[in-house]
Amino acid sequence: MIKTVTSVGLPVDETLTIKKRRIMPKEHKEGMKRISIVTGIHGDELEGQYVCFELARRIEESIEHLKGIVDIYPAMNPLGIDSITRGIPAFDLDLNRLFPGNMEGDMTEFLAAGMVKDVSGSDLVIDIHASNIYLTEIPQIRINELHDEELVPFAKEANVDFVWVHGASTVLESTFAYSLNSTGTPCLVVEMGVGMRITKEYGDQLTDGIMNLMGKLGIWDGETKESRKPIISRNPDDVSYLNASTSGVFVQKVKHWEELKEGDIIGSIVDPLSGKVLDEVKSPVDGILFTIREYPIVDEGSLMGRLLRKEAYKA
Amino acid sequence: MKKKIIYELKGLYRDDFRVTGYEFGSGEKSVCIVGTMRGNEVQQLYCCSQLVKKFKQLEEEGRIAEGHKILIIPSCNPYSMNIQKRFWPIDNTDINRMFPGYNLGETTQRIADGVFKEIMDYQYGIQFTSFYMPGEFIPHIRMMDWGYSTVENAMKFEMPYVVIRKVRPYDTATLNFNWQVWDTQAFSLYTTKTTTIDPKSAGQSVLCVMKFLSSLGIVKYQSGSRIKQSEVVVDTDMVSVQTAKSGIFESLVKVGEYVEEGTPLANIIHPYEGTIMETLYAPVDGRVFFMHTDPLTYANTAVFKLIANA
Ligand SMILES: [Zn+2]
Repeated sequence: MIKTVTSVGLPVDETLTIKKRRIMPKEHKEGMKRISIVTGIHGDELEGQYVCFELARRIEESIEHLKGIVDIYPAMNPLGIDSITRGIPAFDLDLNRLFPGNMEGDMTEFLAAGMVKDVSGSDLVIDIHASNIYLTEIPQIRINELHDEELVPFAKEANVDFVWVHGASTVLESTFAYSLNSTGTPCLVVEMGVGMRITKEYGDQLTDGIMNLMGKLGIWDGETKESRKPIISRNPDDVSYLNASTSGVFVQKVKHWEELKEGDIIGSIVDPLSGKVLDEVKSPVDGILFTIREYPIVDEGSLMGRLLRKEAYKA
Repeated sequence: MKKKIIYELKGLYRDDFRVTGYEFGSGEKSVCIVGTMRGNEVQQLYCCSQLVKKFKQLEEEGRIAEGHKILIIPSCNPYSMNIQKRFWPIDNTDINRMFPGYNLGETTQRIADGVFKEIMDYQYGIQFTSFYMPGEFIPHIRMMDWGYSTVENAMKFEMPYVVIRKVRPYDTATLNFNWQVWDTQAFSLYTTKTTTIDPKSAGQSVLCVMKFLSSLGIVKYQSGSRIKQSEVVVDTDMVSVQTAKSGIFESLVKVGEYVEEGTPLANIIHPYEGTIMETLYAPVDGRVFFMHTDPLTYANTAVFKLIANA
C-alpha cells in the first residue's frame, strides 16, 4: 500500500509528494514491530534505490514469513533525485541539515518535520546514503558516539564491513538520524558505494543485513543469512585521512578495501597539459582503504581516501 | 594602501585561486572587513570595493588614527563568482560553513583556515553577508546572542536596526561565530540586496562603517548628522507571514514600509488562470523588515517578516 508521508503544492501545476510503501502481513496483529528503510535524502545518492526494490521483492516472494511492518521511503528528496541535485533544488539547502524541521516553518522545514513524524516510533530505521559523487565507500555504518550503546548492537547484525563510531559535532545535530536517535527512535546511517551509481553487490550485501535485522526484531521468520562481523572503530586515531597535496587529475592504482603498507602508492595526481606527474598519493600508515577518491578532478585539499589503521582491526 | 594575497591555491586549468586583501594604516590589528563568500553576493563585493576606495582616500589624507591597521577582503571566493555559482565549484561546499577551517582538511576548509589565520586576531570583524532566501531587507546589523559583540557597539553603526540572532547549530561553522570564539567582536552587515547592486544602500553601509570606526576613534570622519538610534530587535520576536499556496508572488508593499494590521501585503496568483488564490494580510501593526522578491513562491514560505510595534 502506497501512502503519502507529506506533500506541498509547487508554484506551477505540480504537487511535491513524499511517498512510502507499507508492507504488512495479511493478518493484522496488535503490537507488531516496525522497521523503516529510508533513502534519497541526498538526491545524488542512488545506492539505496536498489536496496528498497530488492528488499520488497524478497519480502513479497515469501510474504508468509512477514510478521511485522516494513515501511519503505525510497525518495525523501524527490526533486533532488529527479534533477541530479544533492540538496533541495531552488533552495540550495542540504535536507540533512534541516531536521527535526518545523510544522510551522517554511516549505523545507515543513517537509522535514513531516518525515520525522512519520518515521518516529519505528523499532529501527535504516537511513541509506551513498557517500557522494567524489568518493566510494565500503559498506559501513556511522554512529554518533552519543548513541553508541543503543546502535552498535544493531549495526553488528547489518552485514556491513565497518562500523565507525565518530565524535559528536554540533553541526550533525540537524541530521535526520540525530533527530530520531535523540528522541528514542533508533536510526542507523549506512554509507556505501558512490553517488549517481548503483553497486549491486553492495546493495545485495546490505539487503541480506536488513533481512537479518528483521529476523532479530521478529519482523521476519523466514531464513536469513548470518551477518558478517564488522570491524568496529571507536578511536579517532584509527582513521587516517588523505588529502590532495595539489590540484590535478587523479589516476587510481590500488583497489578499494585493499590492505596497504606504509608508503604504498594509491595513485598519482597528474597534469595532462604538461604531461607531468604532480604527486604520488602514498599510504601514510599500514592499514586498509575504506574510502577512495572516485571523481578524478581534484583541488588541493580534496579528500583522496581514508584508511583504517592496522591496529584497529588486527588485535 | 597595501594589496596582498591572503590565500592562494593552485588551479589545474584555471588561473590560481586568490583571496586578495587591502591593508590600510599600521599598528595593532583593529578592524577586518570581509565581503563575498558565495558566488552570488555581488552587492557585498560592491560595498567592499567602495570601502577600499574610501579608505585609500582616508589614508592619503592622514585620517586613519595612529596605531590602527584595517584589512578589507572584498571576496573570499572569486572562483565561484566568475562562474556564477553560489558555492565552491568542484564540491558545492559553502566556505561560510567551514570556519575556523583546517589546514590539512578539504579544499574549502583550507581556504577558511588560510583566511581565518590572517583575520582572527582583529579586534573588530565586519562581514557583509547574505540570507539563504531570495529577498530584500531593511539594512541592519546582525549579531549573535552569544559571544563578544556588544549591543552598545552594534549601535555605533547607526543602522536602522540591530538584530540579535539566537545561535543555531549550523551557526557554529560560520565566520561570525568563530571570530567570537577567538575574541573578536563580530558584526554581520546586511544591506538591501544580494544578487544585484543597490548603490544607495551600499553608500549607506559605507557611511555606517565610517560612523562605527569614527566612534571608536579609528578614523577621523564627520558625517555631520545627529546620532541615529538603532532599534534593537530579537530575530525570534519578528512576525512571519507565510504563504499557504504556491504560485506567482505579487507584492503590494515595499520593504521598510509601515503597515497597519489588516493591510494587504501580497497576492498569490494562479500561474495559469491569473486569479488571486490567496491574499496575505499584516497580522500586526509594524514595519516590513524582510520581503521575498522572487516572482514565484512556494507554499509554507515566510515571504514577509514584520517588526511589530512595541
Ligand atoms: Zn548522503
